[in-house]
Amino acid sequence: MSVTRALLADGAWTDASVKLGNMVGAVAGFLGILLVIFFVAGRASGRIARPLAVVVFLGPAVLLLIVGLVAPLVRTVYLSFYNDDGTKFLGGRNYGWAFTSDSVQHVLLNTLLWLAVAPLAATGLGLMLALLVDRVRGQAVYKSLIFMPMAISLVGASIIFKFVYDARDVSQSQIGLLSQLAISLGWHHPPNWMLSQPLNTFLLMVVMVWVQTGFAMVVLSAAIKAIPDEVTEAARLDGAGGVKLFWFVTVPMIRTTLVVVLTTVMITTLKAFDIVRTMTGGNFGTQVLANEMYSQSFVQFNTGRGSALAVILFLGVLPLVAYNIVQLRKERAVR
Amino acid sequence: MNENGAAPAAEPAGAKLPAPVAGPVRKAFSSPLASGFVIAVTVLWTLPTLGLLVTSLRPKQDVAENGWWTVFAHPDLGLSNYHTVLFEGGFGVSGGLMPYLVNSLAISIPATVFSLVLAAMAAYALSWVRFRGSDVIFFVIFALQVVPLQMALIPLLQLFSGGAHLGSVTIIPAFDLSGTYAPVWLAHTMFAMPLAIFLLHNFVSQLPRDLMEAAIVDGASHFKIFRSIVLPLCTPALASFAIFEFLWVWNDLLVALTFAGGTPEVAPMTVRLAQLSGSFGGRWELLTAGAFLSIIIPLIVFFSLQRYFVRGLLAGSVKG
Repeated sequence: MSVTRALLADGAWTDASVKLGNMVGAVAGFLGILLVIFFVAGRASGRIARPLAVVVFLGPAVLLLIVGLVAPLVRTVYLSFYNDDGTKFLGGRNYGWAFTSDSVQHVLLNTLLWLAVAPLAATGLGLMLALLVDRVRGQAVYKSLIFMPMAISLVGASIIFKFVYDARDVSQSQIGLLSQLAISLGWHHPPNWMLSQPLNTFLLMVVMVWVQTGFAMVVLSAAIKAIPDEVTEAARLDGAGGVKLFWFVTVPMIRTTLVVVLTTVMITTLKAFDIVRTMTGGNFGTQVLANEMYSQSFVQFNTGRGSALAVILFLGVLPLVAYNIVQLRKERAVR
Repeated sequence: MNENGAAPAAEPAGAKLPAPVAGPVRKAFSSPLASGFVIAVTVLWTLPTLGLLVTSLRPKQDVAENGWWTVFAHPDLGLSNYHTVLFEGGFGVSGGLMPYLVNSLAISIPATVFSLVLAAMAAYALSWVRFRGSDVIFFVIFALQVVPLQMALIPLLQLFSGGAHLGSVTIIPAFDLSGTYAPVWLAHTMFAMPLAIFLLHNFVSQLPRDLMEAAIVDGASHFKIFRSIVLPLCTPALASFAIFEFLWVWNDLLVALTFAGGTPEVAPMTVRLAQLSGSFGGRWELLTAGAFLSIIIPLIVFFSLQRYFVRGLLAGSVKG
């Protein structure tokens, strides 16, 4: 009792219990309201029963989607043609700025570089691991450990790698793993990793690859296991060996999944700004579109320009997702 | 998308399954080589996190002077960094990281519950309450996954702070929600809807038709069916999505940064850590302890519920 009181006397604990109490209250209130609505609406009968059910079940979700996604989508497109307080029509001037200003061109170039390198590296490595990991004794442990970064926030991952990349003057003892490794391997003056362009952009991509490879491995491994045994057996009877079997049987059989994984990582890459923001703040030539959009809108309050960048981001994601949907529907049509 | 409905029936690639018979493709690679490669990658993948953990346990002096790998020669570990970071305002803020840790919890749990319940309801309506236009609505919801969050931020922020107006008519009044969790909960729930409805719909629509019809013949209302048949039978799917959503909300930076500001009242760990990594970059003993605090809960969730998490992932990406 006295222990509890001593803890609660501390401001931090009081604050925490109040906040968590509010949280429990909010959840309980939400569920309570739903229960009441269910009880009342469940008593309705006759002609209004079904329309009422549709409204109650679907209404909240549709309302949230309209307010949270559809209306903002329209509004962002609208804002991108206006000046920063939305009072003056500028035509395409915000877009003109995005494609002609040197700094933004550099940002677009970096974004394309990210899109080209990070997803391919993560998917390729994930595919290799998916093929090999089941041959290894105790595979469950390896799988879990490689998959683990998936649970870590990109901010957490960035701090982990910021520490790995920490560089000091060579006269001092190093505390960053990479510098120490470079010195141990005989490199007398390793650079300050985060400051050297364009190396730093690739080092930031390593964080993304670190996080996403486990995802690619797990999903691809499941797809490989789903290949029917008869198919591989038949191919083997026809004389296909290791590498041939891989390229002419395994890869085509899991093509859809490969595309899905590649697209998912690409979309994450295109939208992720946590890494750049946490590790370099977009300085030293590492800026990407998602972070630049945030800075324009919420740091410099250039709402028009920020909106234009968001629309560009949207148009960038669009073909990737459209391709995915087409693939999906094809797959379903075959069934 | 998946013949078996959402993930739960799909083959989980998770840990505790019996090892499958090695396929011919796998046999093609020699085993020692495979082991070597996998072990090397695993070590590479684990070392950075291990370094973070070890550093967070070392005294300030040691951290500043030599690399964490020297700890194996001179082990001197303790929890004092954690105490400093959590309670003593080791980062120059009163109260330390504790309020942010609480905020992370207070944001993640309700956001997960809200989106899960509302999405399950919508999924049920779209698959079992027949009405005109349900297919169109489902397709539009699916397509909304395309919208990047960045597009919604500015208008949503303007809505929360200024309300919605058409000309001089106020459609939605301005809410005074600043300093509360409500905008963050709302934003996360909104953004989670398309994926959540899509994944849960896959599962809910695969429930046995006979069962549903029998319930209707017995005179059960949709509300009763939802509560006593759909929810219990869909528990595995709901669990896998709940984990997914929890991790996603806990790890989010963008939404929190936009809707929660940077104050100890509402901002979660990710926001505070992102700030600190800029201003306290040199204080590694504190920064690493803070970072480890922010990843420990997701890691616990991940390792204890990994199987369900993997199922949730496979629901969205493996067909066949």
